[in-house]
Amino acid sequence: MNKKRAVRWTVCFAALTLLTAAFAVLELVCGSTDIALSDVFGALTGRDSGSAAHTIIAEIRLPRTIAAALLGGALSVSGFLLQSFFNNPIAGPYVLGISSGAKLTVALAMMLTMQSGILLSSAAMVGAAFVGSLISMGAILLLSGKVKNMAQLIIAGVMIGYICSAVTELAVTFADDANIVNLHNWSMGSFSGISMDDVTVIAVIVAAAVAAAFLLSKPMGAYQLGESYAQNMGVNLKLFRLALILLSSVLSACVTAFAGPVSFVGVAVPHLVKSIFGTVKPIVIIPASFIGGAVFCLVCDLIARMLFAPVELSISTVTAVFGAPVVIAAMLRRRGQKRGV
Amino acid sequence: MSGVILKASGLSVGYGKKVVVSGLELEVSAGEILTLIGPNGAGKSTVLRSIAAQLPLIAGTVSLNGNDIAAMSLGDIAKALSICFTDRITAEKMTCEDVVSTGRYPYTGRLGILSDEDRDIVREAMELTGISHLADTDIRFISDGQRQTVMLARAIAQQPQVLILDEPTSFLDINNKLRLLGILRELARSRNIAVVQTLHELDLAQRFSDRVLCIRDNRADRLGTPEEIFSGSYISELYGITSGTFEPLFGMAEASKVSGEPRVFVIGGGGTGIPVYRSLQRQGIPFAAGVIHENDVEYPIARALAAELVTEKAFEPISPESVEKALAIIKRCEKVVCTLDGFGTVNMGNKQLLEKSGYGGK
Repeated sequence: MNKKRAVRWTVCFAALTLLTAAFAVLELVCGSTDIALSDVFGALTGRDSGSAAHTIIAEIRLPRTIAAALLGGALSVSGFLLQSFFNNPIAGPYVLGISSGAKLTVALAMMLTMQSGILLSSAAMVGAAFVGSLISMGAILLLSGKVKNMAQLIIAGVMIGYICSAVTELAVTFADDANIVNLHNWSMGSFSGISMDDVTVIAVIVAAAVAAAFLLSKPMGAYQLGESYAQNMGVNLKLFRLALILLSSVLSACVTAFAGPVSFVGVAVPHLVKSIFGTVKPIVIIPASFIGGAVFCLVCDLIARMLFAPVELSISTVTAVFGAPVVIAAMLRRRGQKRGV
Repeated sequence: MSGVILKASGLSVGYGKKVVVSGLELEVSAGEILTLIGPNGAGKSTVLRSIAAQLPLIAGTVSLNGNDIAAMSLGDIAKALSICFTDRITAEKMTCEDVVSTGRYPYTGRLGILSDEDRDIVREAMELTGISHLADTDIRFISDGQRQTVMLARAIAQQPQVLILDEPTSFLDINNKLRLLGILRELARSRNIAVVQTLHELDLAQRFSDRVLCIRDNRADRLGTPEEIFSGSYISELYGITSGTFEPLFGMAEASKVSGEPRVFVIGGGGTGIPVYRSLQRQGIPFAAGVIHENDVEYPIARALAAELVTEKAFEPISPESVEKALAIIKRCEKVVCTLDGFGTVNMGNKQLLEKSGYGGK
């Protein structure tokens, strides 16, 4: 059995990695100007720099591709951490209103600084988003002490999301005309307009947070058996919970700061990955969620760009179409099993 | 058997500032099974969770091998003490082997990857508890009895010196109850593990414990061997039994007797009368019984259920006085039932009783 499992996991990891590579190449090749594969490689290796193809690849499509992959992975891992924390398979940064909290603080920060003519650095955006994530997370934690029912917790999260979005809309309404266009695009969610410098910041934050999450996979595995057992096995519950909250908030804050709120990835991808790998072992699911999230967001971004080109859809529109049904499936399955036991 | 492993002194336990049980003194030695009994809500589980370092102590100390548990690291506690509680496991997609493997947690490295030795220990724990065939089965899809056994295997894989179990036999059928407690007995004996558990089944507590701790009214009421605890009317007092009786020698509960003027007289003995007593009790018919020797197996049941009872001293032939006493009662009854097929030297008096009653041969 252990061998069978090992084979299954290896095959799945290999397949996910191949898919990531394949869709990354497609992202680079496809677009309003189709660029031949050879030219893409040329641009990547920096041969004929200065050509239009090179500019498009190096300054627009490459950062966008990397960002979509990294942020998709970050969202999925963030979702998995939240699911572990709340012991609830339909918890995620978007459904719990954490993304919306980040959106609110980023929008406020952007408007305040734009008025005084300062352009926020990407690190400052992440900082603002992190504060917003933590505020929403705090609200959810307060409520989770009161409501024991998982469905109620999700409803509370969705409501927090609505409140944050409403306040954001309100702020946008009173913003300067020039700011609105910018804000509006961003608040819908999109991987466009991310520069290579942004990608560096994203890569550093996501790599650090995902690595830290991976190092938590041992206590997370113990925590899946419930608090009593985790504590008996030697897990320091307070520290562990704090680490989960901070890491999931950093990851979803990073996504919101650069791409705006992206819906349902955090719930759908971990659920799909658990089904494909046939396990919930964090040591497998954390890296698998990361790669799975990358594939998912690359595919969705490709669709968002190409489906009605040159009109671009918001990324959340596409992720919702694919993600929401998975969330519903996850919910139904859980209920079915409860009845079955 | 070596010395004391787990020791609690001056222990007060509870939630926050609310003291549930106070003034607890406790010592458990290697290879010993200590069972906590007591009425619902007396605080047995609270005591267990406190000893297992799951709840902060309100006062007092718990020590493991002479070390204060409050000063020990969580990892060191985990290597010495493991728990088996009835909390429901909600994890999805975990096989029974995955669950048992989590017992190796305190021994594995940063990422929790099992070594070959760890795997052997997990396999051994599963064999010992007889669940090897469930290794690849999802933990959600097995019976309650199997799940409880898997959790026990998990606790064993943790290689503890002290094993703490909260109502391990709840929800199990009688076969699984006996099997699980048998495994615990064997563990205590062969691995010198100290077992501390709570049980609601008094008959099992009596048979499978070395010592019994009784919790009542926020304190440890009594601590002793099963023989000391299960004697006299103590258990009835401990639980405040009002609707029925508890027979301590056999660990057996009987329903309340039907009092009133007896309508049926049962001549029984040697256990033959028991089904009749219980049947009459169920039908709500007050009855008398006799003449029963005080060392007859059915004596405790007759005493618990009969409205009136005529007895004879152990090992003595039934005296004419006892027969007369029984006859006097029979006169007031509507019916006599004799459950005996034949009579011996000692209970010849019952044969006379049957003949004189006028129902002879019936």
